[in-house]
Amino acid sequence: MARAVTTNRKVINTAFAWGIGLLIFFPILWTILTSFKTEATAIADPPVFLFFDWTLENYQVVQERSNYARFLWNSVIIAGGSTVLGIIIAIPAAWSMAFVPSRRTKDILLWMLSTKMLPAVGVLYPIYLIFIELGLLDTRIGLVIVLMLINLPIIVWMLYTYFREIPGEILEASRMDGASLRDEILYVLTPMAVPGIASTLLLNFILAWNEAFWTLNLTAAKAAPLTAFIASYSSPEGLFYAKLSAASTMAIAPILILGWFSQKQLVRGLTFGAVK
Amino acid sequence: MATQHSRSAARLMMGPAVVLLLGWMLVPLLMTLYFSFKSYLPLRGGDLGWIGFDNYVRFVTSSAFWPSVSATLIIVGGVLLITVVLGVLLAILLDQPMWGQGIVRILVIAPFFVMPTVSALVWKNMFMDPVNGLFAHLWKFFGAQPVEWLSDASLFSIVLIVSWQWLPFATLILLTAIQSLDSEQLEAAEMDGAPPPKRFVFIILPHLGRAITIVVLIQTIFLLSIFAEIFVTTGGAFGSRTLTYLIFQRVLESQNVGLGSAGGVYAIILANIVALFLMRIVGKNLDA
Repeated sequence: MARAVTTNRKVINTAFAWGIGLLIFFPILWTILTSFKTEATAIADPPVFLFFDWTLENYQVVQERSNYARFLWNSVIIAGGSTVLGIIIAIPAAWSMAFVPSRRTKDILLWMLSTKMLPAVGVLYPIYLIFIELGLLDTRIGLVIVLMLINLPIIVWMLYTYFREIPGEILEASRMDGASLRDEILYVLTPMAVPGIASTLLLNFILAWNEAFWTLNLTAAKAAPLTAFIASYSSPEGLFYAKLSAASTMAIAPILILGWFSQKQLVRGLTFGAVK
Repeated sequence: MATQHSRSAARLMMGPAVVLLLGWMLVPLLMTLYFSFKSYLPLRGGDLGWIGFDNYVRFVTSSAFWPSVSATLIIVGGVLLITVVLGVLLAILLDQPMWGQGIVRILVIAPFFVMPTVSALVWKNMFMDPVNGLFAHLWKFFGAQPVEWLSDASLFSIVLIVSWQWLPFATLILLTAIQSLDSEQLEAAEMDGAPPPKRFVFIILPHLGRAITIVVLIQTIFLLSIFAEIFVTTGGAFGSRTLTYLIFQRVLESQNVGLGSAGGVYAIILANIVALFLMRIVGKNLDA
């Protein structure tokens, strides 16, 4: 495994990789820096990078002027609610497919996956119409349901791959020791499944948080989450770079931090186990 | 291991998920099909009766159709090309021994976690704005005339923004694949005197073949339906109207539901063709 590498080469690799890494990260860094500038500094010519008077003013203004907390709360409810609901529905399904597989298990899994491929725009009007009829337009519960449904295939799929890694012998052993089905699920399987469930929760929370088709099309003022709130900055008046940056930083910071913990799950969750 | 009893319990446990997804798939799909054969204008008379395949014909013969197809192809193709080529190079680089590998990886992956509306707006205003954007400053610094990115080079700009968002995904998956490569094979080739380009072409690239296919298929499905990036940058103007965006405009902006639904059926068929290939690969992997 360990290939001998000259220090020289390692230095070159490091410099090169850091350079490219920082270049890719730069737009995010620039947004964060700009959020601490005054509007005048934000558009200074030439641009100032680090040496300016740092201010928290933009964060205050964004919060006061736009009721930011409500959009944030909507995002939390919608992303959290849809993920938790999806997991509650998916656990029994994934469980039974992993531990009591039948001839049709594979077909069902693939079919579930295929529902994820349905282009949203193809069913935009029906969903819109159903939402109007049921009074779900611009409500959080409506979005919780829709985002739960679009992420359900990924949730089932991820849980299935995690559950399948739990060795069946352990179940047999516990059964031989006289454990009931209830004991088996509660004391044997659940503790082993918790890491997998947590990973699934994390990745799908991120996906739901960033979802920007249904959240833009099915909300107006009341239930709009952060995706829609940020989109409202697309036709601004006056000076706004610093405020846009502050709003953006607040919208992405929690997810960036969560995302860093979920790199591994990302591969598993989005390639449906095809790349390990 | 499975008894008759546990079988029926299993079916019961799967029930809710299957029923919900079945409903989610079938109800809107059937409604879209239904509307696509009707002249249906909610704001101008409502349901005006059955018109057969008229919507399907009108959708593809409208003057907006072919430009939207080419915009879609350019965006999907451009982003795929950039993310796969750069993704392979970046994955190989990140696989090399270096200091601070974990941090570099975090920096590279970060864009994937930025919500689409934020990345589109940040690029639009802070980078591509012809007066105050960083690109404009850079161009002026070198004595060039700043470019009106989103109107004069709208497709290129959108490809750039979307590539930035999806490069982490390609890199991460390709890196995972590279790390599963048996390093003994590479060492053997190295000892036999194969130079790095040859090792890349004959060992690394074939090993990555499957991962690249998966990246291409999954990204294609997501890229075909990008929406927010266009919604907040150009609003479909300046030749950046994709098929998805065209359907959105027909359905919600001009409220021609019949016509938009016919377009939706085309989009569904297109996505299914791509999905079919993806499912075959995923399915094969399930057997293993």
